[in-house]
Amino acid sequence: MSKIATDLGRDAIIAHREAASGQISVSVRDLVIRYGAQTVLDRMSLDIGRGEFLVLLGPSGCGKSTLLNAIAGLLDITDGEIWISGKNVTWDEPKDRGIGMVFQSYALYPRMSVEDNMGFGLKISGLPKAEVKARVAKAAQVLQIEALLKRKPAELSGGQRQRVAIGRALVRNVDVFLFDEPLSNLDAKLRAELRVEIKRLHQDLGNTMIYVTHDQIEAMTLADRIAIMKGGIIQQLAPPHEVYNKPCNLFVAGFIGSPGMNFLKGRLAIAGDTVAFDIGDLRIPLHAYERSGGPLVDGAEAVLGVRPEHISLGDAASGDDGGRRFRTPGRVEMVEPTGADTMLWSKLGAQSVTIRVSADVAYHLGDTITLALDLNRASLFDAKSGERL
Amino acid sequence: MARRQKRSWGATLTIVPFWVLVLGAYVGTMVWTVLISLTSSKMLPNTQFVGLAQYTRLFATERWNIAVHNIAIFGVLMMILCLVIGFLLAAMVDSKIRAEDTVRTIILYPQAISFIVTGLVWQWMMNPTVGIEKAMHDFGWMGFSFDWLVTPDKAIYALVLAGVWQGSGLIMALMLAGLRGIDQEIWKAARVDGIPTWRVYVSIALPMMRPTIVTAVVLMSLSVIKAYDLVVALTSGGPGLSTDVPAKFIMDFFFNRSNIGLATAACTVMLIFVLVVFTPWFYFEYFREKNGSR
Ligand SMILES: Nc1ncnc2c1ncn2[C@@H]1O[C@H](COP(=O)(O)OP(=O)(O)O)[C@@H](O)[C@H]1O
Ligand SMILES: [Mg+2]
Repeated sequence: MSKIATDLGRDAIIAHREAASGQISVSVRDLVIRYGAQTVLDRMSLDIGRGEFLVLLGPSGCGKSTLLNAIAGLLDITDGEIWISGKNVTWDEPKDRGIGMVFQSYALYPRMSVEDNMGFGLKISGLPKAEVKARVAKAAQVLQIEALLKRKPAELSGGQRQRVAIGRALVRNVDVFLFDEPLSNLDAKLRAELRVEIKRLHQDLGNTMIYVTHDQIEAMTLADRIAIMKGGIIQQLAPPHEVYNKPCNLFVAGFIGSPGMNFLKGRLAIAGDTVAFDIGDLRIPLHAYERSGGPLVDGAEAVLGVRPEHISLGDAASGDDGGRRFRTPGRVEMVEPTGADTMLWSKLGAQSVTIRVSADVAYHLGDTITLALDLNRASLFDAKSGERL
Repeated sequence: MARRQKRSWGATLTIVPFWVLVLGAYVGTMVWTVLISLTSSKMLPNTQFVGLAQYTRLFATERWNIAVHNIAIFGVLMMILCLVIGFLLAAMVDSKIRAEDTVRTIILYPQAISFIVTGLVWQWMMNPTVGIEKAMHDFGWMGFSFDWLVTPDKAIYALVLAGVWQGSGLIMALMLAGLRGIDQEIWKAARVDGIPTWRVYVSIALPMMRPTIVTAVVLMSLSVIKAYDLVVALTSGGPGLSTDVPAKFIMDFFFNRSNIGLATAACTVMLIFVLVVFTPWFYFEYFREKNGSR
């Protein structure tokens, strides 16, 4: 009885979440951005659900900031529309869009105190003094910067400055937060710290957040969904685990993961309904591979992608797993301890592969090993188009 | 370590000629000037020591006191007007640059610089014998007179006008560089915050430009104190003594009145004034900026 009740309760929550996420918070429709002759974004469309944490991830220069600035209303768009909270805001000033924004350089007003940095915009908008003070105090409490309110930005550390910048967005009581590489100027330790803080903030506030970064760790840890961009085009828009495990093309596969996915070049060998992958004279049967629907052509050049942690080391005769793993002998060519894990370098066919193994077992140069590739978690790409097969 | 030693030797050697120049040409002549001001030198320098007698005479000289009074009016008005006008012009150009694409920036800069050139033109225009008045007379309008320059209680303002016109171009260029140095993300943040553009200039950009303003004030003060060519070109200190300034006073006593003792005393007074007023301010500002605090 009580189990049913809790199940019902959980279902209700899930249903509620789904209904909520069904609502669209930010909608980018056929957006075109041109700088002179250069088209940075070409007919981009993107819907972001209410309360969603969307990360825009991509190499620098791919148009992430451009997209974010367009959503914020900070640049003139060539064509298309931006909708926020069900309202067409394409021609609205940034302040009227219900957004708050945090920048890489913090962009604090240097000669104003922390308090004024957060409250200045509210004061200008004509909010009563007491209300401004209350909102600033609240934000300061949430961000744990109450002790810094009287200081100037120059007297703060990078992490503290970025907290103030987040506070400035917070006091605006907006629906949507936009972050443009907010942690890129911080050192690794602070970055990890503030990353958690931002995640906590999202969990507590439940606002829609759009977060630009070129750091895949940030993307993987923060995102509900990641939009991976390249050359102004969204390559894949999916939850982190899907982007990681089922990258839709070679670019995404190579961009996500560190150290990167092993790419093995070879040819497809199809006989009847058995599919195999030939690397030199090594034949890897692919019946454990989950196909994504692309056409398989006998003899076509292809790339088999296997993440370093999806190659395990075992002995050649270990138990049958229905052909899920492909085993082949190899030799340790380099050992790279990273602390928690150790990276081994070996050869498969004539091609170099990296293998992530536990740091507990010591390996030495020249050791003979058996590589076991987990084909169920591998990715197969067309060599020409780069698309997942 | 050894390499660093070697490099610093090279650097020292490179600097030696400049130190010689600075010590000889600047400090040397300064010391000489101060020494002469303590003698009874008239047309030629002599070594008859008279203590501070030249200074007592200087402060009793009516013409010197008028010159100091004039330079004070001229200096204060010119600095305030130059700063205000220079900043307004710079803000105009800056907002235009931000509104345009980056390519146009390259075209806008020379436009900005041309204000400096315009300043020089203004100087000629105000001059009755070659400027507007002459032109109007040449057109046949003999009754036209742009007589600020020859009216005793207006002449100093004519000087200010010309000085401002000439000076605000440079100030604008300085201020523009300062404004351009402001992180564009601050502008974006202010826009998201809904702060009107003029308010960003006044409440955010202006306070950020303190070092630029200090530089501008120092540069202008120096040009005010040295104000000589402007005065000679426009009024020659006249009518009467109404636009006489210390630099003109000094040049006159040096070369026309052959009173080197009095002239060097006046020079020394100006030097002391500059040192007392500007050095601490200058150092204070730069020291604070370097420490990054404030
Ligand atoms: N103001 C601008 N004028 C001209 N080109 C620009 C401007 N801003 C950005 N770009 C171009 O647009 C592209 C995308 O820039 P951006 O969105 O800043 O990339 P990202 O944030 O992903 O690093 C780049 O190729 C850049 O050169
Ligand atoms: Mg960017």
